[in-house]
Amino acid sequence: MSTPTPGPQVPPGGSPGAPGSSGAPAPSSTTSPDAPGRAAAWLSDARQSTWLVLVLAVLSAFVLGGLLIAVTDQATRDASGYFFARPQDALSAGWTAATDAYGAMLRGAVFDPQARSTTAAFRPITETLVVASPLIAAGLAVALAFRAGLFNIGAQGQLIVGAMLAGLVGFRLDLPLVVHLPLAVLAGVVGGALWGGIVGLLRARTGAHEVIVTIMLNYVAVYLLAYALTTPGFQREGSSNPISPPVADSAAFPLLLGPSFRLHLGFLLVLVAAALVWWLLERSTVGFSWRAVGANPAAARTAGMSVSWAFVGVMLASGALAGLAGAVQLLGTERSLSGGIAGQIGFDAITVALLGRSKPLGVVLAGLLFGALRAGGVLMQASTSTPIDIVLVVQSVIVLLIAAPPLVRTVFRLQPRRRAAATTTRSAAA
Amino acid sequence: MKKKLGTLAAVGAVALLAAGCGEAPEASTGAGSGSGTSAASDVKACMVSDAGGFDDQSFNQSGKEGLDAAVAELGIQEQTTQSSSEADFAPNIAALVQQNCNLVVAVGFLLADATGSAADANPDTQFALIDSTVEPARSNVKPLLFDTAQASYLAGYVAAGTSKTGTVATYGGIQIPSVTIFMDGFADGVAKYNEDNGTSVKLLGWDKATQQGSFTGNFDDIGAGQNTTQNFIQQGADIILPVAGPVGNGTLAAANAANAAGGDVKVVWVDSDGYNTVKESDRPLILTSVVKEIGASVQDAVKSEVDGSFSSEPYVGTLENGGVSLAPFHDNDANVPQAVKDGVSKLQQDVVDGTITVQSQSTP
Repeated sequence: MSTPTPGPQVPPGGSPGAPGSSGAPAPSSTTSPDAPGRAAAWLSDARQSTWLVLVLAVLSAFVLGGLLIAVTDQATRDASGYFFARPQDALSAGWTAATDAYGAMLRGAVFDPQARSTTAAFRPITETLVVASPLIAAGLAVALAFRAGLFNIGAQGQLIVGAMLAGLVGFRLDLPLVVHLPLAVLAGVVGGALWGGIVGLLRARTGAHEVIVTIMLNYVAVYLLAYALTTPGFQREGSSNPISPPVADSAAFPLLLGPSFRLHLGFLLVLVAAALVWWLLERSTVGFSWRAVGANPAAARTAGMSVSWAFVGVMLASGALAGLAGAVQLLGTERSLSGGIAGQIGFDAITVALLGRSKPLGVVLAGLLFGALRAGGVLMQASTSTPIDIVLVVQSVIVLLIAAPPLVRTVFRLQPRRRAAATTTRSAAA
Repeated sequence: MKKKLGTLAAVGAVALLAAGCGEAPEASTGAGSGSGTSAASDVKACMVSDAGGFDDQSFNQSGKEGLDAAVAELGIQEQTTQSSSEADFAPNIAALVQQNCNLVVAVGFLLADATGSAADANPDTQFALIDSTVEPARSNVKPLLFDTAQASYLAGYVAAGTSKTGTVATYGGIQIPSVTIFMDGFADGVAKYNEDNGTSVKLLGWDKATQQGSFTGNFDDIGAGQNTTQNFIQQGADIILPVAGPVGNGTLAAANAANAAGGDVKVVWVDSDGYNTVKESDRPLILTSVVKEIGASVQDAVKSEVDGSFSSEPYVGTLENGGVSLAPFHDNDANVPQAVKDGVSKLQQDVVDGTITVQSQSTP
């Protein structure tokens, strides 16, 4: 009785779902709950936001963030004490605080002319690409599911399982580079696909809503990882800290620009994945049927497509992409597996997919923007002491504005789906 | 809706008016971006938090307080970065090195790898690492370690000697060595009391031999701490040691509830002297605390950087050097039997002398 609550000790093989659900009596596929409903309507509305709306959302977020930086700045607040005696003091202090912070962010994300060496000056842009790599892969995962009308909130969990399997292959096997790296990446992809596939299968066979299932599986993955890291199979020899040994050099993505930069081959792999997703969605029969299911499941079924199999296939592919993100993060950037390997990537990916309008090219660009925000936030914090939380605020406001396209249209007096109002917008923004 | 907004705007304008009608200072302060006090020394001491942030009421916060104290005392410059996830560790350390920091303090064992590679890449910068060593050891990395088992050994002895029900309990946040070392020491202290006095005080929540026990799974779910503690109280425990940072607040809540229902539950706090850090109304609950002087160790490391005596030799906080200690009993002084107090003083002496060695597989 000395252990009343067992703590986070999930049984190792305790992945719920897959075997049990396949044995469950399958409801007739006509009753599977794939009615479009309000969520899907919102999704299609958010996805069809014009580029103008997206750009305005991002700009508004930066303006709001700048205001926050200004009002939290000590010099500005000091000067605000006598605002009516000499307003220019407060205004200029606020302006300086905001421009300093954003200037540092830009230097930290693109190019830093103040750096101590040429290598250091060029490092920021490579850091942006490094941070963007897993974001793009996970963003593709969420976007792919969006296109089929599915909300994959579980990229986080799929990423974790992918990273775990990639890690196991990476630090427990001893193979030559040509075999080891592809095998580790494949393990990550398979891990993610399995975790996503469970969701697709449950949705197809039992109608369990993918939002609920993915959120729950996120928890299962988090605690599975926490448990695994207490076992000798994942821990470093001679240490009981919950951190794995680094992956073998033969399983790590080769660095693209030498040891001074962290940019690795994983970035190119992610770009290839984006091209593949584009081909899959726009050029392949499978992708066409997935998009058809996303647009109108009833019509797709009437046209003879299997909605159930589409769900399973989409979630397998979506999970595989998230697993790729996990493999890229682990084998390229972090090298060791620890409890926080996934960070916020799986959740940021949802924003990336929305901002990218669920299109592969859009996701790549949105991923780069978010990578730049994250990478730039580091220097912003280090050189101007602006809290890193500003980055989170900017991201969140972007989400808020994108999630509600009518809001942006109202704020900027835009006509729905028409670009004629651009001039009004400019005057409103100024 | 419009009307409401108008009212709001009016209220805001009045507030601004009230806030903004001070007098302008004589000289224009210009647009300095918070340059702070002029530095008496060129040294720049920097710190990277782990994902908990500097307001975690736990070791990040203690470390930051130590840094702030050193900066105030020595008149040096300071720069800090908070990590929001583990992916931030390496970039944050690199950014601080770029900002010409002379000493970078990394908080937590999770930063060990990032600190090690940064130390290799920047041999002219010094590093200090809290709660972990680097493998292999580097000449410019100073590990700051704590043999907390020594202090929690004393706490276990006190708890066993003060318990009226003959049952005490402990639980952790996450099963990592810097947490379980508290629990190991506590278990041994209880066992020592039983051995010396022929009693059989029971310990719930941790089995030192099998290294299995109760954990909330994180350092932020206060509700989990409350549930776990209620569970212990139902099983008869009346003294609880939560080793889970802010989650300990859940234990305070559960103890308050139990005491309101006629119980007599006390809490042993960790890291800092809980009597000084918890709410005033919760102070009577704090029997004592297992203090881990992270702040002082950071302060010393910064001082050594300033006076040029920095070395990579690990600092290990012990009862002997005051790096770990058992806090005073404060309001509960009268509730601890004199025999227990005498026993603890003797134990403290024995541990300092080396007559007794507190063993833990997590000992640094």
